[in-house]
Amino acid sequence: MVRSVRFVILTENETKRHRTADIYRHIFILSLSLCLMAVCMTNCPTLIVTVGLPARGKTYISKKLTRYLNWIGVPTKEFNVGQYRRECVKIYKSFEFFRSDNEEGLKIRKQCALAALNDVRQYLSVEDGHVAVFDATNTTRERRATIMRFAEQNGYKVFFVESVCEDPRVIAENIVQVKLGSPDYTDRNTEEAIQDFMKRIKCYENSYQPLDEDLDRELSYIKIMDVGQRYLVNRVLDHIQSRIVYYLMNIHITPRSIYLCRHGESDLNVRGRIGGDSGLSPRGKEFAQCLGRFIQDQNIKDLKVWTSQMKRSIQTAEALGVPYEQWKTLNEIDAGVCEEMMYEEIQEHYPLEFALRDQDKYHYRYPKGESYEDLVQRLEPVIMELERQENVLVICHQAVMRCLLAYFLDKSAEELPYLKCPLHTVLKLSPVAYGCKVESIYLNVEAVNTHRDKPENVDISRLPEEALLTVPPHY
Amino acid sequence: MDTFPKEFHRRTRCDSAENMSRVLRMKDPRLADQRATSFLSSTSGDLSRNRVDGIPAMCSQFLNTQSAVQAGPNDMSTEQKELTQTPLLKIWVPGMGSSLGQRRGSSRPQFTNCPTMIVMVGLPARGKTYISKKLTRYLNWIGVPTQVFNLGQYRREVVQTYKNYEFFRPDNEDAMKIRRACASSALKDIANYFTKEQGQVAVFDATNTTRERRGVIISFAKERGYKVFFIESVCDDPEIIEANIMQVKLSSPDYENYDKEEALVDFLKRIDCYKLSYVPLDEEKDRHLSFIKIFNVGSRYLVNRVQDHIQSRIVYYLMNIHVTPRSIYLSRHGESELNLLGRIGGDSGLSSQGLKYAKALAEFIRGQSIKDLKVWTSHMKRTIQTAEALGVPYEQWKALNEIDAGVCEEMMYEEIQATHPEEFALRDQDKYRYRYPKGESYEDLVHRLEPVIMELERQENVLVICHQAVMRCLLAYFLDKSADDLPYLKCPLHTVLKLTPLAYGCKVESFYLNIQAVNTHRDRPTNVNIARKTEEALQTVPEHQ
Repeated sequence: MVRSVRFVILTENETKRHRTADIYRHIFILSLSLCLMAVCMTNCPTLIVTVGLPARGKTYISKKLTRYLNWIGVPTKEFNVGQYRRECVKIYKSFEFFRSDNEEGLKIRKQCALAALNDVRQYLSVEDGHVAVFDATNTTRERRATIMRFAEQNGYKVFFVESVCEDPRVIAENIVQVKLGSPDYTDRNTEEAIQDFMKRIKCYENSYQPLDEDLDRELSYIKIMDVGQRYLVNRVLDHIQSRIVYYLMNIHITPRSIYLCRHGESDLNVRGRIGGDSGLSPRGKEFAQCLGRFIQDQNIKDLKVWTSQMKRSIQTAEALGVPYEQWKTLNEIDAGVCEEMMYEEIQEHYPLEFALRDQDKYHYRYPKGESYEDLVQRLEPVIMELERQENVLVICHQAVMRCLLAYFLDKSAEELPYLKCPLHTVLKLSPVAYGCKVESIYLNVEAVNTHRDKPENVDISRLPEEALLTVPPHY
Repeated sequence: MDTFPKEFHRRTRCDSAENMSRVLRMKDPRLADQRATSFLSSTSGDLSRNRVDGIPAMCSQFLNTQSAVQAGPNDMSTEQKELTQTPLLKIWVPGMGSSLGQRRGSSRPQFTNCPTMIVMVGLPARGKTYISKKLTRYLNWIGVPTQVFNLGQYRREVVQTYKNYEFFRPDNEDAMKIRRACASSALKDIANYFTKEQGQVAVFDATNTTRERRGVIISFAKERGYKVFFIESVCDDPEIIEANIMQVKLSSPDYENYDKEEALVDFLKRIDCYKLSYVPLDEEKDRHLSFIKIFNVGSRYLVNRVQDHIQSRIVYYLMNIHVTPRSIYLSRHGESELNLLGRIGGDSGLSSQGLKYAKALAEFIRGQSIKDLKVWTSHMKRTIQTAEALGVPYEQWKALNEIDAGVCEEMMYEEIQATHPEEFALRDQDKYRYRYPKGESYEDLVHRLEPVIMELERQENVLVICHQAVMRCLLAYFLDKSADDLPYLKCPLHTVLKLTPLAYGCKVESFYLNIQAVNTHRDRPTNVNIARKTEEALQTVPEHQ
């Protein structure tokens, strides 16, 4: 019942794009309604439990999965037992802590796991979280049974994600990438750290009971083998688990870079008008040429180029002289009745809409148009394909680029619509450790600024000057 | 400050057909006339399967090349090639004069860069043909030309009458020869499908239970540069196997003259013939192959080495389908106020007849006594109003919104003819691919509806309250209708279609709930030429207020 109330509140946002009289009528109708605004991913909270020896990519998967689920609108949080352990045992001495005969160590580790589960309960049952990712080795059947009892008591579904890998190169690479920088090893030199960590892994190996095809046939899980060469998927129960499996089967860890940029400056940009389907201005054309040279200089292996189906992005791609793919889903946000208007005109003709947009830019939908939230849903297949690909250059638009960037940099729905994505600037994203390195390259071709910050006064009754306070200059 | 001629500014607003033809005339006077457009209409169909977009191959001969900038791969001339928008697909392409070979922008999604062979593996009655047909239907619907090659068919053509299971005995030399010949014949047809018919995916539906046979297929594919993806169905639940045999084998041409009991016995013996030599795909020995092993109708999957996008999509699809009996109910919203006025699109509310329909729908649904029914609507007022009358929880999907008619939203057909006669004609020429200016095409709709289809596959009993174009797309998926038939499927108001999966297809029951409504179906008129008269264009417009 709690959940349906929450969805009713969401629908009030939806009504904001109607005129005042309509608003009241809609609130009345919708509050009596039983409708859900969002596709119902699951009807009860899900607990994702990682399983695997140390340095098998569990935390990498946990963080990435959490980022993806939050981006598509499923409130998700990860709970890393290692963090809890670090808070309890302030200073890490050596691998001896993890020895299976270390009674003291075992007690502390069990306490930490329970503390984490307690926080999971807080998140899923009290705070309206949908998915919790319980990131720990969970290598014994006993520990997993404890977790399943906990989930059953609280009415959560459990989905295991096990990572199995025997390739010593991959394990060594993992250790170098993320373990050496861990707080556990701040005072050690590289050699010692690696030695210690390998011994740590050994402590787990003896008692490791992988998920078994027969013994665990009633459980829902995915076993990822050798970093995605092979997967074993058992008993997927619902939509969210199906999406999680699809996502996990599409990600990879091959080093690559994703280049995001907008089309060159367009004629409508220059005149301060939003949307439309205009061509490039002379400076925009110059940018396209510079982009071509930049891409050549970067010497990128097997670069794929994607554009939207709008003239300005295609014109930009044409200057590169390489094959490119046009995606309709990369088209700019549809501003509906406000298409091709200047902000000044929107304020003049639709002051209510203009204010509502400033109040909640992420959820606000233009009349007969789209919202950022709609955009994210529309862009999900692009993200999925970006995960599958290696080196890609995406030539898109301001709102679209903000959505894509928010996915890679784990930005919230509040921050997303205000991310800075200026014209004539390429962002190079390279996955590194648990996140993404961003390099911003301005190609030194002048362009108008199209970024409008949130003004101070977002009230419906504000004056035009207050509304137009943050509009960037234009011709 | 800009170098674009004024025409381009007006062109981007796409305000009127007149402007568009002026632009076209600017490039080539002949483009706006009948001859060029007849080429557009005759060849656009062929191009549907091509990697490159809308402009017909033959057009280049007729086009004025003077405006095209010669472009090589490293052309860094400051003179940017002018882009124009193809009339039908509304895709921006460089200059009218550039030949297909020079075009670098592809508007077709790149699912895969070489043909793929999907090879089924498994004992008889394990659902191979069911999976083959379903997968093929799905791939064709999302725009990947796919065809099934069923070895059993080939065998039936060679061996006209089936006697009994002895044909399949492993020591039956003559039969073995015939079966091998059939396999070669099928492989030849596959090669032909890829090279001559521009197919992208071929599903080789046979038992393929020995490593030797699979080896032959792999060599065949390797020689020609095709990718291979195996789908193995493993099942040892005797109940499921018997149910399969009852559902699809007993009615096979092989068993026309058998009675049920005998047929069952014979078929089980047939399966035994295969069991001895059956070598399933092995995690270790076949680790370099790309495959998915499906256990017990989907309770478990083993996926190995997915190579590319299309294989990833296939795996996702296979992991979402199920065989639990259920029904899908498709219906449009009740008659809307704009329907009454003969206007397309918009976001109006229900008319009084529409409200009556909503109540009738509620009664109908109650009468059907459906277990755990899910109800889905779009975000548009008319579907939500219809759902509200049901008094049960429902989910709104923006993806179920009606096709966006762009500049033609809320217009009557008569008005579209008056203000955009060329657009109106282009739409009649190729209704599937035609995109409204600033709007969508049926092709775009299919793309947008794919997640809905995926979720429909996962679900059990669902009632989808949607719109005419949307319903046509969904129906085309379930009933395997081609892109040419899809936009003309009949989806009248106030009628519920109940789809129930049966054997290899779908049973359709149509329920008209006896509430009068206007007809919104406009057939393809006889004359689809741009130069046609107004009466010819409006010949098939249904009546309205």
